[in-house]
Amino acid sequence: MGTKFVYMDNNATTPLHPEVKSIIKESVDIFGNPSSLHSCGRLASEHVEKAREKIASFIGAEHEEIIFVGSGSEANNTVLSIFLCSSKIRGHDWSNGKDIITTRIEHPCVLETSKCLRSRGVNVFYLDVDKFGKINLEQLKDMLTTKTRLVSIMMANNEIGTIQDIKSIADVVHENSGALFHTDAVQAVGKIPVDVKELGVDFLTLSGHKMYGPKGIGALYAKKGVEFCPFIRGGQQEKGRRAGTENTLGIIALGKAIEMRAKEMEEEHIRLKGFKDILKNSLEQKIADIHFNGHPDDSLSSTLNVSFDGVEGEAVLLYLDLEGIAVSTGSACASGSLNPSHVLLATGVSAERAHGSIRVSLGRENTKEELGYVIEIFQKVIAKVRGMSTAYSKRRE
Amino acid sequence: MTNESHWVYTEKVKENFMNPKNILIDGDDYQDDGKGVVGNIKCGDEMMVVIRVDKKKGIIIDCRWKTYGCASAIASTSILSEMVKGMNIEKAYHISPKDVAKELGGLPEHKIHCSVLGDKALRAAIDDYYRRNGLDFKIKKEKAVLICQCMNITDHEIENAVLEGAKTYYELQERTKIGTVCGQCKDKSIELLNSFIKKQEENPS
Repeated sequence: MGTKFVYMDNNATTPLHPEVKSIIKESVDIFGNPSSLHSCGRLASEHVEKAREKIASFIGAEHEEIIFVGSGSEANNTVLSIFLCSSKIRGHDWSNGKDIITTRIEHPCVLETSKCLRSRGVNVFYLDVDKFGKINLEQLKDMLTTKTRLVSIMMANNEIGTIQDIKSIADVVHENSGALFHTDAVQAVGKIPVDVKELGVDFLTLSGHKMYGPKGIGALYAKKGVEFCPFIRGGQQEKGRRAGTENTLGIIALGKAIEMRAKEMEEEHIRLKGFKDILKNSLEQKIADIHFNGHPDDSLSSTLNVSFDGVEGEAVLLYLDLEGIAVSTGSACASGSLNPSHVLLATGVSAERAHGSIRVSLGRENTKEELGYVIEIFQKVIAKVRGMSTAYSKRRE
Repeated sequence: MTNESHWVYTEKVKENFMNPKNILIDGDDYQDDGKGVVGNIKCGDEMMVVIRVDKKKGIIIDCRWKTYGCASAIASTSILSEMVKGMNIEKAYHISPKDVAKELGGLPEHKIHCSVLGDKALRAAIDDYYRRNGLDFKIKKEKAVLICQCMNITDHEIENAVLEGAKTYYELQERTKIGTVCGQCKDKSIELLNSFIKKQEENPS
């Protein structure tokens, strides 16, 4: 086995940016509690607020609209769980309505929370997606009623990379109802431009470790004026909106990660788009019977989801791993559950193709040289797995 | 970074996964004495096993296979195909997933269900051999009741899963894949699961 290691699973998580590593090292002694009044606490608090400024300015928000949380999942859970607490939002009386609209392709932290809400008497409606993973604005318009209280639709999908037209969606929601609009932008922020004011969203979720920051830190944008009731209670941190002593080091690191995104995002987008095109074209040329999943254009430049006929994804993933290539799959076997990717199934992909899907997600550390190696190994591995497949020989007979 | 000791499966699994043995190659004119296919691609795995038998001695002399399946399915069938070579056909008939997992040095809990197809396909191949040779009477007519039509799971398999430690419906599903397609058999399965658990508690083996 070679010593080669090619990491192409950046939608799962990313390595720390070197600048982020440096600031973590520099900041390890900032131990004060940001709530303390003495100089030690004030120093920590200053750093936290500086990071908040950076994040706010990166997404076009005001600094008090940024709430630090422990993860993207926490931010999403917060939005979906607190909306029942407030009775009046944007002048609407909500005493009668408690309906939620979301999509079939959300992250499990949204889907599982909405399932739980359902058991507590909340009506949850799920938008379909087309074969590219896009929702239909007309269906959304039809679903909105006077009882709709919250709409939650992710900006960019983690599995297939499809990007929704969030601005139009937010407009439709606000023009046709009094509902609040939340977008899970965990895969979008840091990869494509995101401006909360331009998009017109009420809540937005972002996460540190998807953009070369550390794990365990995320942020929730909550529009000023939107009634907010804490999900984690018992402290005055984050202006009483999220209790618990701040993850100072994580917040500082997230601030740095976002600062670096502002500098590198545009150039990286162009570079990775080029890589994705090379990968896509080469795989298509060199391997027969493959299908690309997701939207051909409105998709993250770093995400390529492809299904290979006649193979099971987990076997492919582990053969690639033995060659030092890290990717992920929509196969049931890899997930620990018994069903293949809910996202792919929602786009109308057959269960067989979902089991045979591989997601390649590129990142800032990937090089052009790696592409050649990855293409070569993919050819080898797919040929090997197909060679022992009952499903592929059947096709050939 | 690719530290070999941190691989998700045991060394034996890895070895059989990396270099699977006795794959049936397309285009090889393999004359089998028995062939069995089980599973379903839609559910994520399908297995085909073919055997050659020394009819006089009643011994399996060769075993080949193909699969649409994950790493555990590949590794377990690879080792199964080695185990049965030279084995008495009656003995091979009774190989269980537990025997295969044991030979592999264990499989992760949630992976056991992936490995159940190999021995099932082998039994189907042996049945096919019996049928072709007018030995139908040897086909083990299990007085089993089919519970899950989609995954072809009987009450015997539910009982086996309980004996192997399944205590909840989810654990039963993990081991057998029961009810993972249409789900109509859920209530019946849970009822049987509980009765087998009770039976086991009353008469521990």
